Amino acid sequence: MKKASILMILGPLFLLGLYIFPLWNIMLGAPQYPDPLGLNIHISGLRGVNEFDIQNIDGLNHYIGMHTLPKPEDMWEFGTFPMIIGFMVAFGVLIGILGYLQKVSYQWFFGWFILMSILGILGMYDFNEWLVDYGTNLDPNAIMKLTNPDGTPMTYKPPLLGHVKMLNFDVTSLPSTGAWLMFVGMMLTLTAGYLGWKSTKTQ
Amino acid sequence: MKIYRYLTITLGSALMLISCGQQNQSSNGALSSSAAEKVYVAPGEQDEYYAFLSGGYSGNLTVYGLPSGRMFKEIPVFSQFPTSGYGYSEETKPMLNTSHGFVPWDDAHHPDISQTNGELDGRWIFINGNNTPRIARISLSTFETEEIIEVPNSAGNHSSSFITENTEYVVAGTRFAVPVPQRDMPINEYKGNFKGALTFISVAPETGEMDIKFQLLMPGFNYDLSHPGRGKSHGWFFFTTYNTEEANSLLEVNASQNDKDFIAAINWKKIEEYVNNGGGTKIPANYAHNVYEEETHTGTTTMKKEVLTVDPTKVPGAVYFLPTPKSPHGCDVDPTGEYIIGNGKLSADLTVHSFDKMLAAIEGEKFDGEAYGIPILKFEDIMAGQVKSGGLGPLHTEFDGKGNAYTTFFISSEVVKWKLGTWEVIDRKPTYYSVGHLMIPGGNSRKPFGKYVVAMNKITKDRYLPTGPEMEHSAQLYDISGDKMELIYDFPTHGEPHYAAGCPAELLAPKSKKIYRLDENKHPYAVTTADGSKVVRDGNEVHVYMSMIRSHFTPDNIEGIKVGDKVYFHITNHEQDFDVPHGFTILGQNTSELLIMPGQTKTSVWEPKQVGVWPFYCTDFCSALHQEMQGYVRVSPANSNIELKWSLGE
Ligand SMILES: [Cu+2]
Repeated sequence: MKKASILMILGPLFLLGLYIFPLWNIMLGAPQYPDPLGLNIHISGLRGVNEFDIQNIDGLNHYIGMHTLPKPEDMWEFGTFPMIIGFMVAFGVLIGILGYLQKVSYQWFFGWFILMSILGILGMYDFNEWLVDYGTNLDPNAIMKLTNPDGTPMTYKPPLLGHVKMLNFDVTSLPSTGAWLMFVGMMLTLTAGYLGWKSTKTQ
Repeated sequence: MKIYRYLTITLGSALMLISCGQQNQSSNGALSSSAAEKVYVAPGEQDEYYAFLSGGYSGNLTVYGLPSGRMFKEIPVFSQFPTSGYGYSEETKPMLNTSHGFVPWDDAHHPDISQTNGELDGRWIFINGNNTPRIARISLSTFETEEIIEVPNSAGNHSSSFITENTEYVVAGTRFAVPVPQRDMPINEYKGNFKGALTFISVAPETGEMDIKFQLLMPGFNYDLSHPGRGKSHGWFFFTTYNTEEANSLLEVNASQNDKDFIAAINWKKIEEYVNNGGGTKIPANYAHNVYEEETHTGTTTMKKEVLTVDPTKVPGAVYFLPTPKSPHGCDVDPTGEYIIGNGKLSADLTVHSFDKMLAAIEGEKFDGEAYGIPILKFEDIMAGQVKSGGLGPLHTEFDGKGNAYTTFFISSEVVKWKLGTWEVIDRKPTYYSVGHLMIPGGNSRKPFGKYVVAMNKITKDRYLPTGPEMEHSAQLYDISGDKMELIYDFPTHGEPHYAAGCPAELLAPKSKKIYRLDENKHPYAVTTADGSKVVRDGNEVHVYMSMIRSHFTPDNIEGIKVGDKVYFHITNHEQDFDVPHGFTILGQNTSELLIMPGQTKTSVWEPKQVGVWPFYCTDFCSALHQEMQGYVRVSPANSNIELKWSLGE
């Protein structure tokens, strides 16, 4: 249980990486952008991969009526996510310490993991909702109104995961360093739960 | 008659055989690639070298790629350039100020890239304005002219703008001797009275800022070309002269009488020391120093009132004359610094002086008289050798860094390759036609990149489709990586290129600027956020603080302007994306358009003379909505009381 608890303390700390590294990354490449434009999604806001990418993405998107990319103050998520992550880190470390002191059982480890997974899925859901809104909630006075071959208005939702061809742009969306650290951290807590379960079983 | 025909046919076929034979020589077997492959740069690929060709009478500097011969850019230097508004915008007009007022043109001759330890460092390129003597410094990160200094007491600033091997100095040698200081005097009293000023302009190591350190007032010969010593001869500078006869009329005859003219060898380190110890005489002068600040995007002119002159006879051991046949033009120093090559343009041979022999002769004080107090060395004592070329009119020599030299022959239209030390001619190739200078990238340094030579030809007829009586000049590219030169490409050049400088692409491409940062824009009239736009009246001056971004101006409607107003459009480009300039022009303006780079501010003056509603628009096809990038200015009668008003989206 000691080993398990140490892992349980360690695991949530990996989430701290989210304060530094981006959670997600979307790259937009096209022949006239041999150096692709890129968007890093941090829990506290959006940042361009290169300094002026956000301005340049907004500049391109305004032709098709997409709203400008949100500033941190424009979305509640960017204020709330850092707090939730902070809470989950503190909560996880606390569980780990209490586990070490034999005050709580391994079920709490699983409990933390399940809560984090639910929050993660909610986060992904919320993120996808935003992508849908960003890609479909177009300015009715848009300069260019493009339609699909079937006549429906074209939408520009970037993929949640993977690659899609959007007009002349290749759009690739992938988890970034922060997400991978979070994944590693969560796996550690899962392992902690498993080891805790094993140690109570052998006792 | 039959015999004649027979002879002609025989001769004809003999010539054909010879030329076939030569062709076979140059394409030796399956291994050698075709000329087309050597110069072909496929779409998406980039060139190996940058080449900077002077524009001569265009006043500008053009940037080419080698081996493709594609022209990338024309950099305005000494001439107004309506393409970008250089010399028309309020910010760049000061760059063309001189003591003679605004001089919107010059004759740009010899570019030279800055060096550190005798190797190209790619920071700046310098070029001379010949007619109203000036030296310009161009940044090799922005490719814009950053500084122009006028050279007083000089005329026909031709033996310029060559630099020493740590860019300590850029020189400005006068081609025409003139009275110093200028005064009203009979022209036929030239001899003995006119002076030839050789000006040493110091270059600040960090900023590149130029300042005239001293002017050497030499005898009144014509100082034609020059080159710095390097390696062991670093600290010396060599200038060719003609008209040592000091004739003042019908020079084609009267300046060609002496069998030998001189190369003036100047020990500038000695003169620098003399000057640093308080030597020299300050004399009144009046010359412009124009500096363009990158952060304010603005040039300013300072008039300087004094210049330090040096009488060469006051600095013993600093100046010598090396006799050189016959009216030498090019004056070239090989990469080791040992050989000084004088190209006697009225001779068939090249004269090569030895730096070591020169020092020995000076040491031994073996002089052959003097001219105006300056010792003349004995020709036989200093000569290293002569290249017996059989060509006519040698002009200029460059080096491949492998012990070979390449000389252009103007009259016989050819490039001749010869070996340093043995003086034997190795190869010769015709040029089409009348070649002036040639260039090997890094040629004026200790480390030439001896892969290509570019010949700059004066006459182009029959090489390209005709374009009326006037044709652009032409460059020819030779592959010199093998034993024999191989002509691989022709390309037209803009203006009249006199000389060129080249360097490997990797020296410049990575540090070439992509945008100007808006947050570093310190232009006094910049608006760095669109809501900062405004229109301000000050008497009959109106200042429009305008911004532009794809695809609108802010503001795009302006009212309250009156006939007789002087309207300053200060326009800031808010793009922060590589290669997205916008243009600006307004109907009836008496200047040019502006082309404003991302993050840059430029100002155009418009003086409306008629009432009306006058459109302005973007002149650079910037985006899908470029055509919509436009606006109106309402101009009311001079006595109207319409309030100033401006808007966007109302
Ligand atoms: Cu535009």
